[in-house]
Amino acid sequence: MSWFKREDNEIINDDTEKTVRTEGLWIKCEGCRQIIWKADLEANLQVCPKCGKHFRLDARSRINLLLEPGYQLVDLDLRSTDPLNFTDLKSYSSRLQAARRKTNLNDAIINAIGQMGPHRVVLSVMEYGFIGGSMGSVVGETIARAVDRAYEMKTPLIIISASGGARMMEGIASLMQLAKVSTALTRLDAEKIPFISLMTDPTTGGVTASFAMLGDLNISEPGALIGFAGPRVIEQTIRQKLPEGFQRAEFLLEHGFLDAVVPRRELKDYLIRALSFMQPA
Amino acid sequence: MARHPQRPYPMDFIQALFTDFSEIHGDRAFGDDPAMAAGMARFHGEEVMVICNLKGRTLKERMLRKFGSPDPEGYRKALRAMKLAEKFSRPVFTFIDLAGANPGLGAEERGQAEAIARNLIEMARLRVPIIATITGEGGSGGALALAVADRVLMLENAMYSVISPEGAASIMWKDAAKKQKAAEALKYTADDVQRLGCVDEIVAEPEGGSQNDPAYSVSILNDRLEANLAQLRALSVDDLLAQRYGKFRNMAQFFEVAS
Ligand SMILES: [Zn+2]
Repeated sequence: MSWFKREDNEIINDDTEKTVRTEGLWIKCEGCRQIIWKADLEANLQVCPKCGKHFRLDARSRINLLLEPGYQLVDLDLRSTDPLNFTDLKSYSSRLQAARRKTNLNDAIINAIGQMGPHRVVLSVMEYGFIGGSMGSVVGETIARAVDRAYEMKTPLIIISASGGARMMEGIASLMQLAKVSTALTRLDAEKIPFISLMTDPTTGGVTASFAMLGDLNISEPGALIGFAGPRVIEQTIRQKLPEGFQRAEFLLEHGFLDAVVPRRELKDYLIRALSFMQPA
Repeated sequence: MARHPQRPYPMDFIQALFTDFSEIHGDRAFGDDPAMAAGMARFHGEEVMVICNLKGRTLKERMLRKFGSPDPEGYRKALRAMKLAEKFSRPVFTFIDLAGANPGLGAEERGQAEAIARNLIEMARLRVPIIATITGEGGSGGALALAVADRVLMLENAMYSVISPEGAASIMWKDAAKKQKAAEALKYTADDVQRLGCVDEIVAEPEGGSQNDPAYSVSILNDRLEANLAQLRALSVDDLLAQRYGKFRNMAQFFEVAS
C-alpha cells in the first residue's frame, strides 16, 4: 500500500460526465432514467421533476439562485502563474487557457457580495467546470479574500464548494491553500462572524479536508458526493465494492458530519433562517 | 531516499531527541489509532508535547500501523494532545513521515476530512509554539494536518507533496510507469519546496542520508529544534500567533492580476 492510492480524487474528474449536456431539448436523467424536457429541468432549478435528482449548477447560476438582483461580483481578476511550470499529458498553461475560454472565468471561483433576503452576505462559489473546481493558488487566495471581506465588513460568509480537491498541477503550493483558508477562518470565528459551508456535488479531497468542513453549519444538497478519498481510490484500497449511497450527503448526515441536507428549492430559505439565528443578539 | 527502509522513523528521532517520553492514548471518542503517537516528554529538561505518526519495521507491525497512515481518531488524538499542551503552556513538536491519511470505509464514516480540517484551524490558533519536522514523506493533507506550525522543518532528503509520484503518474499521466517523470514535475524535494516558500528550513543530513549515521542526523536536528524553539520562546503569544497567521495567510501566492 502506498501513497499513490490515496488522493487521486483530487485530480480533475471528467467534467462532461454528470453535467447537463447542452445539445438538444431533451435529456435523460441519471436518477430515474426517464427522458425529461430541458425547459422543465431549467424551470425546476436543475432538479429532475420526476425523481428529484439534483443536477450540477454552475457558479453563476448558484449566485443567481441565492442572491437578490443587484449583487456585485468581486475578486475575479487573479490568474495562476503556474509555479511548477507543469506539464503532464498537456501543459498546465494550456489547460488553464482552455478552462478560461470554456467558463469565461480566470479560475474556478467567484466571489460575490449581495443581499440574501434581509441579510447582506459574502458568497464564495467554486466552479466545477474549471478544471474540476480544483484549488490552486488563485482559488485559495480568492476564498481567503472572501473570508477577509466578511471579516472587514462584519458580514456573514457562505462558501459553496464544488471541487475535486487540491490542484495537482500546482504541487505543494496547492496543498498550502488548505492551510491558508483554514488560517484565514480563525479571524472570522474569533469575531463570531457567521460562516456557513454548503458542499455541493462533488466536494472531495483537500477542499472537504479544510474549509468545507469548518462551517458553523455544514450543509449539502440531496445526493451530493462528499468525501476525503475518492470512491475509486477506496475501492482499489479495500478491494471491494462500496455500499450503495456511500459518501453521499445522506450518508454524511447519518454519520454526523452534516447539519442538514437541504433540497435546492429550500436552500435560500434555510440559509436566511440560519443567518437570522446567527445575528448578534 | 525519503523512503529508504533503514531511514530513521519519527519515533526513532523522538527517542533520541527527548527524554522521559510518556505516551498518552486515545481520542476520547472512538479509539486509539496505532498509526499515531503522542506523549509528554522533556527537551533539554523542558516539558514539551511530542506527536508523530508510527510506521513499523516488521510486516506485522507495518500492518498494525496501517503503513503509517492515520485514521481520523489519530488526528483527533493528536489534536487532543495539542490542546493539552496549550492548556499547560507547553510547546508542541510534531514529526511526520507518512504517505497520506488512511483512505477507507471506516475513515470516511468517521470523518477523515473533518478530522484533518479541524487540525488545520486549531493548529492555526494554538496558543503555544509548534515546530513540525518532516523526516521522510510528507504526504498531502494527512501530513499538513500535523504541519500548520510556526516552523516547518524538512530533512534534506525528505519530500513534501500534494500527491505521490505513483498517484500522479496513474492519474495525470494515465500510466503508472511515468513515476519518474511525475516525480520531477511535482517538485517535491526539500530544495524545491523551500524555493516555493512552503517550508521554513531544510535540516542537513549526514552524507548519503540519515540512515548512514542516525546519531549524527539526530544531533543536527537537535540543534535546529533548539534554536528554533528559543526564537519562538522569545515571542509573546500574540506575536507568535500573528506571525503564524501571516505566514500561512500569505503563503504560496502564485498569481498575477489579469490585464
Ligand atoms: Zn430523474
